[in-house]
Amino acid sequence: MVRKDWLTALAFLAPALVLLFAFTHYPAIQTVIDSFWSTARGRRPAVFVGLANYERMLADPIFLRAMINNAIYGAITIPVSVALALAMALFVQGRILGRGFLRMAFFTPTVLPLIAVANIWLFFYLPGFGLFEQLRGLAGLSPRNWIGNPDTALYAVTAVTVWAQAGFFMIFYLAALQTIPPSLREAAAIEGCSRWTFFRRVTWPLIMPTTLFISVNATINAFRTVDHIFVMTQGGPNNASMLLLYYIYEQGFRFWDTSYASALTVVMVAILAIVGIGQFFLLDRKVHYR
Amino acid sequence: MTDSTIDPLSLGAAARPDLSLSGVTKAFATATALHEIDVTLPAGKFSVLLGPSGCGKSTLLRLIAGLDHPTAGAIALGPDRIDHLPPKRRNLAMVFQSYALFPHLNVAENILFGLSVRGVPKPERQERLSRVAAMMGLSELLARKPGELSGGQQQRVALARAVISERPVCLMDEPLSNLDAKLRAEMRSEIRALQQRLDLTMVYVTHDQVEAMTMADHIVVMNAGRIEQVATPRDLYAHPATVFVAGFIGTPPMNLLPRTALPDIPAPAAATTIGIRPEEVAQAGTGHPVSARLRGVEYLGADQIVTLDVGGARLVLRQSGQAPPPADSLSLTVPAPALHFFDHAGRRLPSPSDHFPPT
Repeated sequence: MVRKDWLTALAFLAPALVLLFAFTHYPAIQTVIDSFWSTARGRRPAVFVGLANYERMLADPIFLRAMINNAIYGAITIPVSVALALAMALFVQGRILGRGFLRMAFFTPTVLPLIAVANIWLFFYLPGFGLFEQLRGLAGLSPRNWIGNPDTALYAVTAVTVWAQAGFFMIFYLAALQTIPPSLREAAAIEGCSRWTFFRRVTWPLIMPTTLFISVNATINAFRTVDHIFVMTQGGPNNASMLLLYYIYEQGFRFWDTSYASALTVVMVAILAIVGIGQFFLLDRKVHYR
Repeated sequence: MTDSTIDPLSLGAAARPDLSLSGVTKAFATATALHEIDVTLPAGKFSVLLGPSGCGKSTLLRLIAGLDHPTAGAIALGPDRIDHLPPKRRNLAMVFQSYALFPHLNVAENILFGLSVRGVPKPERQERLSRVAAMMGLSELLARKPGELSGGQQQRVALARAVISERPVCLMDEPLSNLDAKLRAEMRSEIRALQQRLDLTMVYVTHDQVEAMTMADHIVVMNAGRIEQVATPRDLYAHPATVFVAGFIGTPPMNLLPRTALPDIPAPAAATTIGIRPEEVAQAGTGHPVSARLRGVEYLGADQIVTLDVGGARLVLRQSGQAPPPADSLSLTVPAPALHFFDHAGRRLPSPSDHFPPT
């Protein structure tokens, strides 16, 4: 009887288990294994090379460039997206004129595919005619090729990411702000609490779980969202906007060096895991869960 | 920043200001919640705003607190108008129905929130905290979060937060409605004792007449945005000023019969409604004779509630639970001091009950 229950349970779980193992766990393990082997080419089969792929990374200037770029990219997109999301949520939370319209406007970038967003921003950045060029023109400044210049390309794609994801994070902050009962604000008002003090001592701690959730998501996005790189810069000029995942794509699917791509992937997952776990442990002690 | 509140212990009762409202009106876009409220809530007294839900009592409390603003009228504490001041400068404390405790702060931080916001020096804060915590029986719980407390303990924290401010006026918005019956009874006497001990000017909103009757120095009965009557609990029960008050106070409330149902009772010409308390209808003794038919009996242990038909109207009689079950047809007597007369507008007319009970 017990055995039969077990089989029934397995039968129900089987479809999900098969999919999970076939498309998630098996490829993940295979990637780790592949990273210790050479790439098979033509009649030359793969051979075990130990840490050679990882050693190659340390001497690879484009990899190091991608790491530095990704660090800059993350260091800007994560805090700026979170701060912008919170500012927008606080702004459209209260009773203001056109609240529904503003909320929709802030959220719209999220609904668009990042590819479409990138195309829109290409026009914004267009040398000579783009939106920013027009503004610079009005201010009497010389024209500038934002995504064609190695000094500004990375920041140009960074701005697109922030624009695209802040509205999405705003929704979570809005939801979190609604769960704070208005009576807390009233009780604080009677005690003589200023708006800033209330935010600092009540609102901010109470939305901390959301901040943690959003910052973990923003961190993952900082490594994961490279769609706009394809459209806007292809990592250029001169690798100025090269990000880790785009580099993995280039190695794996443009140069078909799958072993090296596997090793790069392992590095990226390791970074994500360390950062993610670190965020949880660091912030968890400060978070109040209801 | 300094703490500008007044220490209630340093002032005699005479120096304490009354809270007075005159012509206070609150209109919302679609409805008027309060119509020209005039009432004085005396210093050091326990005033209860009593009424059914939607009568405007909570709105009135929020106007006093400064959380909402009146459309017209004046609110004054002593000689000073306070209706233009922000809540923090009105020198009052408030306890919310939901307690409004900060869930991420522990009990001590919750109680001290106001003092720390106002920049009261730390030694004084600690001294006041230990005094108030001891008074409220919270000394053992100071490190706990509100989520780890029972409803009654949370209520005590909310009270402590109001008490520690040492402000002379304390507002309470249905503070006991989230507690179970047994705890409610305990907290009633605790709050009453606290008010008397600290000589607070208490404004307490409730829809529960038991809370009003047991705690209040005087009760402000409200209905549909207007004040029906302001009286002591005894006076309110003995001499209801309107049909609404008569039908609201008492369990079961006063019988209100059309005059035509009791043609033999000598009533003034203007009287359209005759009120009789259920416990004052007798089956013997002197009084106006009334014949009735039995409709039903509700046995409650100590009492039983007998529902009767008198001339086509419903009359409820309350008698001892030990009385024998009533017969199908009864002859009752209504003593003259039990009669309350009301006119067609529901206002009280001079009645035989005016002088009872003798004071």
